[in-house]
Amino acid sequence: MDWKRFGFIFLIIVVLFGVVVLVGQVKSPPIVIITSMLATTIAVATPLTLGALSGVFCERAGVVNIGIEGMMLSSAFFGWLAAIYMFHIFNFGVGISITVGALFAMVAGALMALLLAVLSITYKVDQIIGGTVINILAVGLTGFLNRQLFFGSGSVFGGNVPNSPGVLPTIHIPIREIFSPLCGDAASCLQVVTSINKVFDQKPIAISAILLVFIAHYVLFNTRWGLRTRAVGEHPKAADTVGINVIKMRYANVLIGGALAGLAGAYFTIESVPSFEPLLTNGRGFISLAAMIFGNWTPIGSWTAALVFGASQALNINIQIFRDVIPPQWAFLQQSYVVGLIPYILTMIILTGIIGRTTPPAADGVPYEK
Amino acid sequence: MQSQIQSSSPTKSLLRTVLDAMLIPFLAILTAVVLGGIIIVLVRGNPFLAYAGLIQGSFGSARALSETSVWATPYIFAGLAVALAFKGGLFNIGAEGQLALGAVATALIGYALPEWLGIDIPAIIHLPLAIIVGMAAGAFWAGIVGFLKAYTGGHEVINTIMMNYIALNSISFLLNGPMKDRDPNNVIARTPLIAESARMPVIFDGLRIHWGFVLALLAAFLVWWMLSKSTLGFEIRTVGLNPDAAKYAGVNVKRIIILTMALSGMLAGLAGALEVTGLNYRHELGFSIGYGFDAIAIALLGKSHPLGVVLAAILFAAMRNGATRMQFLTQLPVDLISMLQALILLFVAADAIIRYIYRIRVQSERVVLTRGWGG
Repeated sequence: MDWKRFGFIFLIIVVLFGVVVLVGQVKSPPIVIITSMLATTIAVATPLTLGALSGVFCERAGVVNIGIEGMMLSSAFFGWLAAIYMFHIFNFGVGISITVGALFAMVAGALMALLLAVLSITYKVDQIIGGTVINILAVGLTGFLNRQLFFGSGSVFGGNVPNSPGVLPTIHIPIREIFSPLCGDAASCLQVVTSINKVFDQKPIAISAILLVFIAHYVLFNTRWGLRTRAVGEHPKAADTVGINVIKMRYANVLIGGALAGLAGAYFTIESVPSFEPLLTNGRGFISLAAMIFGNWTPIGSWTAALVFGASQALNINIQIFRDVIPPQWAFLQQSYVVGLIPYILTMIILTGIIGRTTPPAADGVPYEK
Repeated sequence: MQSQIQSSSPTKSLLRTVLDAMLIPFLAILTAVVLGGIIIVLVRGNPFLAYAGLIQGSFGSARALSETSVWATPYIFAGLAVALAFKGGLFNIGAEGQLALGAVATALIGYALPEWLGIDIPAIIHLPLAIIVGMAAGAFWAGIVGFLKAYTGGHEVINTIMMNYIALNSISFLLNGPMKDRDPNNVIARTPLIAESARMPVIFDGLRIHWGFVLALLAAFLVWWMLSKSTLGFEIRTVGLNPDAAKYAGVNVKRIIILTMALSGMLAGLAGALEVTGLNYRHELGFSIGYGFDAIAIALLGKSHPLGVVLAAILFAAMRNGATRMQFLTQLPVDLISMLQALILLFVAADAIIRYIYRIRVQSERVVLTRGWGG
């Protein structure tokens, strides 16, 4: 990551936040808007961050993964399914059910990744085709099982979709409690502290996504495992010569990537909303890939890129609060379809390389033949 | 590797070549059908009844055949679109957006042009014009991606997907706003009906089969001719196999990349245009969903050969069409078809698995389909 790219990311985020602040300032003070935007940005960037990390692990080991979308979709479904089964069939408590759901989502993601690994590493199928197979299979599998298990006349739940046990709770970090005594009676100071606290009140998967960014960075660049992973992705023949098991390293990293994509899937049905609908990932897996490319295949770079996409989504969400005060010359902001285009257009601009070219791992996408 | 690219030895008869080419797809379908049957048993269904329903619903009557052809028409075009791009070494995942955009553009010309001009346009001008605009819209949409690929290296896989979402979002906006059917009773996001002069004549009264199917078969022939007999086709295939070699041989690689994407998008746009002028007489939001992925599966199953694409498209059309009958007989959800298709695609893509299961030693043609991020 170079400064040009960080500068671009910073600029876009400032513009996106600025628009909402300008529109909303007649209704709320800027600090409230900015912190609310930040909180939303971090939350909605979660699946993108995890998806991008998934891509980083796979591609650093030399396996192109365009199946992230499908891995997310299937793990969102199976995580949700596991939570419902735990809750309604095995009568576990809410907490255990959704925790098991989240773990199951990661397993489901890893299983889809295993399929990708078998196809692309063992059978040397064109990796982009392999990923597309994952994507199509996920749509078919989740669509079929969703209908068959919940809506069919002979289904377990007799045609009624049962209530999901719920979503993961927000973890409250007591910033307000610690710092509010310092404010004394100043109302504005209290407001600032309360607003800032909102940014830190995130849910478990969102928090773990940020932690995982730094863990992934450490693992990839400071451990033997990371060195081997990168060697396998850059020059597998050389890695093989010094005794690294190329096939094993690739399998392991693709499975890690799958589990990360699975956690991203869990975000949708275990953390965000307690329900599943077909095709709910809506291209987030592909945007993750763009974030990974823009982040030059590094965890921290990918994360900052994911934040840009998160911010543009946060703009679309937060601007709805101020619908009635949008000035007429900015009327297009009322059209969520139009504002919703921003992440997709951003992705294409980023891929042109205007904001600095990126270099994929040298052996990315090339099956290893001894 | 080099020897595998050579398809078959010249001593083999044509029939033998065709049979060899069809062996793996056939076995892939067979394996998927058997696996699908096991899944049906697992969800307590009757696989024989299900498959009987599928065949009955797709080929069992004149009406069933007509409906299968209606499904097959956009599948053939979209499948050809993806196959053509594959031949040029490009992966067009965006057939869905190009198709939808073609449909919207055609619908716009179909219903709005007479209003703008204030006159009735004769059908001989209106209908071709509407179709050409639809084709141009698809070609333009994919051409952008080709341009970005040729001049900036932006990968077409992600860009076509992004263009899909941009197309679908924009179309949602148009069909809910400026282009919405102004009928006071209408609550659906759809365009008004197109003028009579922009509609294709029906073939048989009472059946929905339309001239689009005939055009699709014609298009398949033209694509085959273009790819295997024309200079342009040769250049496209050369760029697909080895862009560096093509460059040294004097091919303008950038031009071919843009042209290949535009032609591919044009075929997808034509699919949308024919859906509007031949079948629905309007565009409705959401009707195009799923065509992009199905088109990829069809192109792969047909091994990117136009004849293979036609056969694969008819197979997929038959499955989609027969699914309703299957659901009626067995209460199995229509989505089962999506899973069957995914399994077929899985086995076609990973033909090594099929070779292993059935102990096949012959090496078939190995085609370069896509390239990594760098290309």
